[in-house]
Amino acid sequence: MQDLSVGTAWIHSFLLGYMPEWLAVTLECLLVGVGLMLLYAVLALFYILFERKVCAYFQCRLGPNRVGPWGLLQSVADMFKILIKELISLNHIDKFLFALAPYLVIIASMLAFAVLPWGNGLQIIDFNVGIFFLLAVSSIGVLGILLAGWSSNNKFTLIGALRSGAQMVSYELSMGLCVVTMVVMAGSMSVTDIVMAQEHLWFIFSGHVPAIIAFVIFMIAGTAETNRGPFDLPEAESELTAGYHTEYSGIHFGFFYLAEYLNLFIVSGVAALLFFGGWMPLHIPGFDAFNNIMDYIPSVVWFIAKAVALSFIIIWFKWTFPRLRIDQLLTLEWKYLLPINLFNLVLMVIVVTYSLYL
Amino acid sequence: MANIQEKISKLFPQVTFAQTDVLEMTVADEQWHDLAHALRHDPELSFDFLVTIAGMDWKENGLGCIYELVATSRNERVSVKVMATGDREKPFIHSVHDLWAIATVYEREVYDYFGIIFVNNPDMRRLFLNIDWKGYPLRKDYNADPAVNPVSIENERQTDFTDTWVERDGKIVKEERRIFQPDDFVVNIGPQHPATHGVLRFRTAVDGEIIKKIDLYLGYIHRGVEKICEVDTYPQTLHFMDRLDYFSAHPYHHCLCMLYEEAMGIQISRRAQVIRVLMDELSRIASHCLFFGTYCMDLGATTMLFYTLRVREQILDIMEKTCGARMTFNYDCIGGVMQDLHPDFVKDVHALLDVLPANIKEYNKIFTGNVIARDRMEDVGVLTREDAISWAVTGPNGRGSGWACDVRKTFPYSIYSELEFDEIVRTEGDAMARFKVRMDEMVQSARIIAQLIDNIPDGEYCVKVPKVVKLPAGHWFKMVEGCRGTFGIYLESDGTTSPYRLKIVPPCLPAAAVVDHITCGQKIADLITIGGSMDYIVPDIDR
Repeated sequence: MQDLSVGTAWIHSFLLGYMPEWLAVTLECLLVGVGLMLLYAVLALFYILFERKVCAYFQCRLGPNRVGPWGLLQSVADMFKILIKELISLNHIDKFLFALAPYLVIIASMLAFAVLPWGNGLQIIDFNVGIFFLLAVSSIGVLGILLAGWSSNNKFTLIGALRSGAQMVSYELSMGLCVVTMVVMAGSMSVTDIVMAQEHLWFIFSGHVPAIIAFVIFMIAGTAETNRGPFDLPEAESELTAGYHTEYSGIHFGFFYLAEYLNLFIVSGVAALLFFGGWMPLHIPGFDAFNNIMDYIPSVVWFIAKAVALSFIIIWFKWTFPRLRIDQLLTLEWKYLLPINLFNLVLMVIVVTYSLYL
Repeated sequence: MANIQEKISKLFPQVTFAQTDVLEMTVADEQWHDLAHALRHDPELSFDFLVTIAGMDWKENGLGCIYELVATSRNERVSVKVMATGDREKPFIHSVHDLWAIATVYEREVYDYFGIIFVNNPDMRRLFLNIDWKGYPLRKDYNADPAVNPVSIENERQTDFTDTWVERDGKIVKEERRIFQPDDFVVNIGPQHPATHGVLRFRTAVDGEIIKKIDLYLGYIHRGVEKICEVDTYPQTLHFMDRLDYFSAHPYHHCLCMLYEEAMGIQISRRAQVIRVLMDELSRIASHCLFFGTYCMDLGATTMLFYTLRVREQILDIMEKTCGARMTFNYDCIGGVMQDLHPDFVKDVHALLDVLPANIKEYNKIFTGNVIARDRMEDVGVLTREDAISWAVTGPNGRGSGWACDVRKTFPYSIYSELEFDEIVRTEGDAMARFKVRMDEMVQSARIIAQLIDNIPDGEYCVKVPKVVKLPAGHWFKMVEGCRGTFGIYLESDGTTSPYRLKIVPPCLPAAAVVDHITCGQKIADLITIGGSMDYIVPDIDR
């Protein structure tokens, strides 16, 4: 399988031939940053179109089909529209916090991109507590949402923000415990190590019962973390108009919107990493010919395909289920998911200790 | 009926009686509350359902109200005429809100239109018009000059207070009452809100997610239909009926046409009757389909909307071919219907009946059995049978609470007495029950249509009526089963070409008024569940 780190190493040594190391590193960081921004925008556009198409087919509609072939340019046009829209200034708000909130949200999701395993050797930072870092930065997002709801000086946004706070803090527990469960399985917090540990078989298969339980809980908690239906209480349209971002307009609203889609990608990406081997192709022990063929598919394709497939499941939830009520949401987390999760962690420890995994 | 008259004349010798199709009583305000108490609580009378209070202005004969009462245990109706005391400046009638809960709202409406003050009613604000409105529009001496009530470019004045008139030492005095406490966190849900289905406004005091009190604030789409009807000729008044409940206009038209035909003594053809009933039942299916769609959307399940709208579209296509319109049909007219059926009608209706069962099965599969949907709806907004009757919550909402209130069964009209169908009644009284009642009613409507569609009799679709429609002097009251509940019209005629007074009894007003009663103590999300399950339509409330 091609190792993309060869390419990145080559770029690094190429640059070193012309300039001192500090400049080379700065330049690389800049390149990575620009690349990340582009990727961010492209992914968001893709996701908006993807969701609109998927939901249209669920609803016996065609979805966007006028701008460009199959409506492909629709989300580009939408992005252009949102960029040129006016940022309406409001009276009686906390202007600084109001402006800060969307950036906090978007920075949180952007930072999480840094540790996703995009491909073999294609990772922005790879350090020994990668997955821990991911959990840490993704919880900055809730701060942005709380600030947005508070600073808007609107009762609907405030209720939306409070709901969001309660919801995200609760479901972060479940997500964290699921991650811990899989870290026990992998024996490392480094993203690369987790991927490499799945070289022979993905964790969802090798970890069998505890891994599957962890996966189901992770998908539920992940949907709740991203504020998507059926857990979209903070922005429950029929109750709170648009929830915490009711008062935002133009690109500031766009940031919330983008962050929501990108968070969807991040949650699916992390699920792909923890349960479906990240960029690791599908390997089945003993089927060497099959494994070799699988290796021909580039690792980047593997990762993105897995993430998109998992996002499809989350989108499927949204367009099928009704919304939960706040007390039901919290009951689900504290009375069901959390105890099951704790039990599952113990189960995983037993499985690992007695080498019961496949 | 004779024994009612005997009984009451023994208790209240001053009450005068008249007998038309129902027993009519006339009483002065001094005895009204005692009479009302007897009518409501006497076990032999037990008139527990207050259909409407129609305010009246008889010019020099004074102001007053007509109370239409029904005893639900034996489906018997009486009408009570109460004359107000005091001069035209400050007429008084005693409130009956302690006997029928819905009177709180109905009396406010009468106050708004006629300025009759109801003593002891806890909340004597206007119901539809602005707080600052001058004059009482349905009085015959009302000054409609735009200079008196100019179009305001200011925000409407808001207040947390309301007035109440109480008797102190034999004198009637005005007192001020608070609606919300100073430290209440009041969230304004509506008039522009995705889940209020129109311009309805709930001022909601919340404690965190818990609802403490809801103040219903109406009038954002008030068009004064009753007032306009008084200056229009009889055929012209018909057209306002499909601007009330615009999702299912046919039953409303049907009601007013029947009332005029009865007053004029016109016998319409069997064909016209069958066509009207077919249209009513098709409307009912379409209306309930829309209910499922929007209700599921309120609960966050957006996809259902498109599934149910498919069936509704099919019905609207059928309507369009015959009536020439998809929403405001103007199809029923005095003497029958406007146009004969389209040649494709029978074929199209058969196509609809073929796909309907599969569709209903699909709705149940995707939504009704879903665990989240059940958790959201079961035991939410429980309305007991007693409360449903006291609040006059009719239609599928009342039947979900165990009150068999289907006018097609209780006071059969048109050809309904010949048709075979079941009245769906459930006893749970929660949002789920109301949801399921509607689901089952679609099946029953389809059953009625299936009985009629293959034997629509030949004959003229509209009988000859005089060019100038004139009604004899008198008064009539007619009820039909609209898609959202009991729709009634009280008409008083003075023998000219336009109504002297036309009072519309909207089924949605009680449904919206009861929301406060069944929502307090529940969550904000439950308000949406309950409001959606009541399926009110705001133009019908505001008129």
